[in-house]
Parts: sequence; structure tokens; C-alpha cells
Amino acid sequence: MGVALRFSRKHLGIPYALFLAVFVLFPLVLIVIYAFTDANGVPTFNNFTDFFSRSSNLYVLLISFVLAVLTTAICLLIAYPVAYILARSGAKKRSVYLLLFILPMWINFVLRTAAMKELLFALDGLGVYNVTDWYFVNTVIGMVYDYLPFTILPIYTVLIKIDKNVIEASNDLGANSAQTFLRTTLPLSMPGIVSAITMVLLPTTTSYVISDTLGNSKVTIIGKLIENQFNIGTADSWHTGSAISLILLFFIFGTMLLSGKFTENTNTRGGGLW
Amino acid sequence: MVKKILRSTYLWLILIFLYAPVVLLVVYSFNASTEIGSWSKEWNFSLYKMLFTDSKILNAIKNTVLLALSSAAISTILGTVGAIGMFYSKPRTFRIFNTVTQIPIVNAEIVTAISLALVCSMLLFPRTYGSLLLAHVVLTFPFVVTSVLPKLKQMDPNLYEAGLDLGASPMKALFTVTIPEIMPGIASGFMLAITLSLDDYIITNFTKPSTIDTISTYAYNAYAKNSANTSIPALRALSAIIFAVIIISVVAVNLSANRTVKEREASK
Repeated sequence: MGVALRFSRKHLGIPYALFLAVFVLFPLVLIVIYAFTDANGVPTFNNFTDFFSRSSNLYVLLISFVLAVLTTAICLLIAYPVAYILARSGAKKRSVYLLLFILPMWINFVLRTAAMKELLFALDGLGVYNVTDWYFVNTVIGMVYDYLPFTILPIYTVLIKIDKNVIEASNDLGANSAQTFLRTTLPLSMPGIVSAITMVLLPTTTSYVISDTLGNSKVTIIGKLIENQFNIGTADSWHTGSAISLILLFFIFGTMLLSGKFTENTNTRGGGLW
Repeated sequence: MVKKILRSTYLWLILIFLYAPVVLLVVYSFNASTEIGSWSKEWNFSLYKMLFTDSKILNAIKNTVLLALSSAAISTILGTVGAIGMFYSKPRTFRIFNTVTQIPIVNAEIVTAISLALVCSMLLFPRTYGSLLLAHVVLTFPFVVTSVLPKLKQMDPNLYEAGLDLGASPMKALFTVTIPEIMPGIASGFMLAITLSLDDYIITNFTKPSTIDTISTYAYNAYAKNSANTSIPALRALSAIIFAVIIISVVAVNLSANRTVKEREASK
């Protein structure tokens, strides 16, 4: 063994591993530590029992769940036909339309949400909408508006890859177009649907910008609950906030492991734009 | 034929839903009225004048762009180094690297945000531009890695070996063979990092010092916290400008892509 190590490409993994340890793993360890200790650093389970014993927190869980399921369902119902029509259009038309559907994603997320607020206020002014009272509907509309492009893309990506021969075979074997869709196309596009669901479900429960902007501060989701704990700044609130985050983490990684998301590339959050 | 019309109608209805809010802002950005819903008879650039004299918004724009460029540059270097390092490690090590890299992607942004805020308070590290920059690197580097890895997989492994056989040092072979070969992945990772950084609100909010605002945090404070904020009309003009910049760059990218395709076809 020479004293000077000869450079090899895998050595580049060493500084990278250090970065991951300090800025990805260590912060998560801190959440775990905070979640299981009180303000004096004494180990405790109180952060968890407190969380579940407050009915207002359970209400937040319920609202988040309803909001997430509703938004995801509406997004899928709108997005699937869009992706389906796009996938069956001619190549040139397809690329133009696809671009049109992706383009809004590039506008700043907060400004985009604010634009929806302005539109709803304008509709309110015309007397066809009620911004102040329909705060839950506002939030659902805002979420569908913001996440729709993220639902279209994964479904489209899967649909475009389906072998045309499989569809033809199904037709040749006597299935009508409804049967072909239900028994061939839909099952084959399942991976796209699952990926679309995971893209929408998590932000709808945690990304509180939309519910804050459109919900007239009456819609509190889990993400907002965590943010509140860190803004109150009492001695215990950071520990409570960490406990809620840990519960959330548990769900996130549970779902990810179940859906095998870890093994594939999840590069669609940026929209697969580049 | 009827089917075709129905399909197009459906697509256009959804497109109207997606574009109506932004188009409304663009239209109103040229009206002297500061309130949406009430028209003023005057059509002028008064909101744009408001925007370009509002030093807070101008600062927020500058911060957003600088932060996006600098964090994307750091992320690109880090992500490329990481992707190469992990790709040439043992399969088991690769899997561990890959899983940990995916954590910030699959994790909720709020959890990443508070975990970084905890690090800041734990290390008694005040929230500065540095902590904000670092947080954006954590937000974006995994996307660089996932852009670069496929290019490494596609690369012919013999090229690098040939470089070594021809007398290049491993370092030199890396820079003259591997890096140029995976450059498309690095470039798309960089662009992706910029777009993610530009868009971020939650992580920014938890790691920035109170003196720094980005477009996201500024707009959030204006719209979500205080609907009577006087800078909202100026933000309309900003949204219109951002929309215009996006359209222009998309058209430019497509035109240049078309041209390269045509040139390639012509040179055949």
C-alpha cells in the first residue's frame, strides 16, 4: 500500500457521504431527539400523547385527510382524460398541447396561487361566487389548480409508453372500446396513476401556502400545524412540532416503502421539464 | 368528427381553467385600477411604475434570482460529484447512497424545513444568507443526482478506460472523458435546480434571516397574511412580467431546438 491514495472515481463519494450525513441524516435525527424529549431535554412521550389528546389536532388530521382525498380524486378525474387524449394525438399536436399544460408550472407557486385568489375575488365581485364563506371550496380549487399539471404528466408518460399492439390485440380479440379501456389501458396505466397520487397527496396535506392564501385562515392542514408550533416559540412547542413531523415522516416513508417509490427515479416533481 | 371536437373542447376547457387566473392578472396589470373587479377607464403602465419604484419588491426579485443561481451552481457541483462517486461504488454502497439521496425528494417540505431550522438553532448558527443558501442546496441537489445518474448508466465504460490507457491520469480522464459525456444530465440538473429554488416558499421561510425576502416570501406575506397589502397591485405587474419571460424563453428554446434539428438534417 502506497501512502498516497491513488484517485479513483468512487472516492468522490466520500465528500458526498459527509454532506448527506450532516445535512440530510443529522437533521432527521434531531427531529427524533426533539420529538422524544421535553424542553429540559428529559426523555418523554408527552409530545405524542398531548398531540392525540387534543381534539383540535384530530380535527386538523381529519380536514387534511378530506382535503387530500378530494383534491387527489378531482385531479385524477380531470387529468386522466387529458393525458389519454394527449397520448392519442399526433406527435406535433401532442408536443404543443403538452407544453401548454406544463407552462403554468413555471410561474412562481405563491404568485400562481395568489392569481387564483384574485380570480375568485373577481368572480365574487360579479356575484357568481362567495370567497368569504366558501373557504374550503376556495382551497380545493386552488389545490386542483396548482397540482393538476403534476397529475397529467406521470399519467401521460405511462400512457404514451403503452404498446399500441396490446390495444389492437384487445380489439382483435373482440373487446369493444369500453372493455379495452377498462381491461387493458386502465390497468396498464396504473403505475402512472399511483405516481400521480403520491405527487398530490403529500403536498395537499403539508403545503400550507394554498390553504393560507385561499382558506381565509380557517383551513388548517398538518403542515400548518407544524409551522404554528415553530412560530409560537414556547419552550415545548418545538418538541411538539417535531413529534407531529415524526408522525408525518412515519406515514411518508411507510407509503414510499410500500409503493416501492425509493427504487425508481422520482424526477417528476420538477415536472420532467428539462 | 364529433369525438374529435369533444376532445379538443375538453382540452381547451381545462386550459382555460389553468390560464384564466394568470390572464386576468395580465389584463389588469395594464389598468390603472388597483382593485380587481373594478375597471378604471385608464389603461396605462401605472402598476409597472409602482413595481419598479418599490425597492422591497425589487430587492426580493434580486435575492430570488441570485439565490437560485448560486444554490443551483453549488447543487450541480455537489450532485455531479455525488452521482459519479456513488455510481462507481459497490452495489450495496450505491443503494445506501441512492436511498439517502431520495430522502429530501420524498420528504414533506415542511419536515425538511424544520429539520434544517433545528440544525441552525442546535449549532447556535444564526439564520443568515448562508443558511438560506445551504437549505436551497439541500432542496435541489437530489434532483441533480437523479438527472446525472441516467447519463452515467448510458455512458460506454470503455471510454474512461481508454483515456487511462492512453496515459491520462484518473483526474484528467474524469474531466476530459466522463464530464463531457454526462454534460446533458448536468445541464438539465442545473436548470431543474434553478426552477425548484425559484418556486420554493416553505424551506426559504424557515431558514432565511428576517431581513431577506424572496419573491415567494414577499408574495406570501402580501396575499396570505394581509389581504389589504398595498403592494398587491405591483405584484400583479410582476406576475405578468414573469409570465411573459416564461413564454419568451419557452418559444426561444423551441425555436433553437427546431433549428438544431433542421441543421442536423441538412448536414446529413
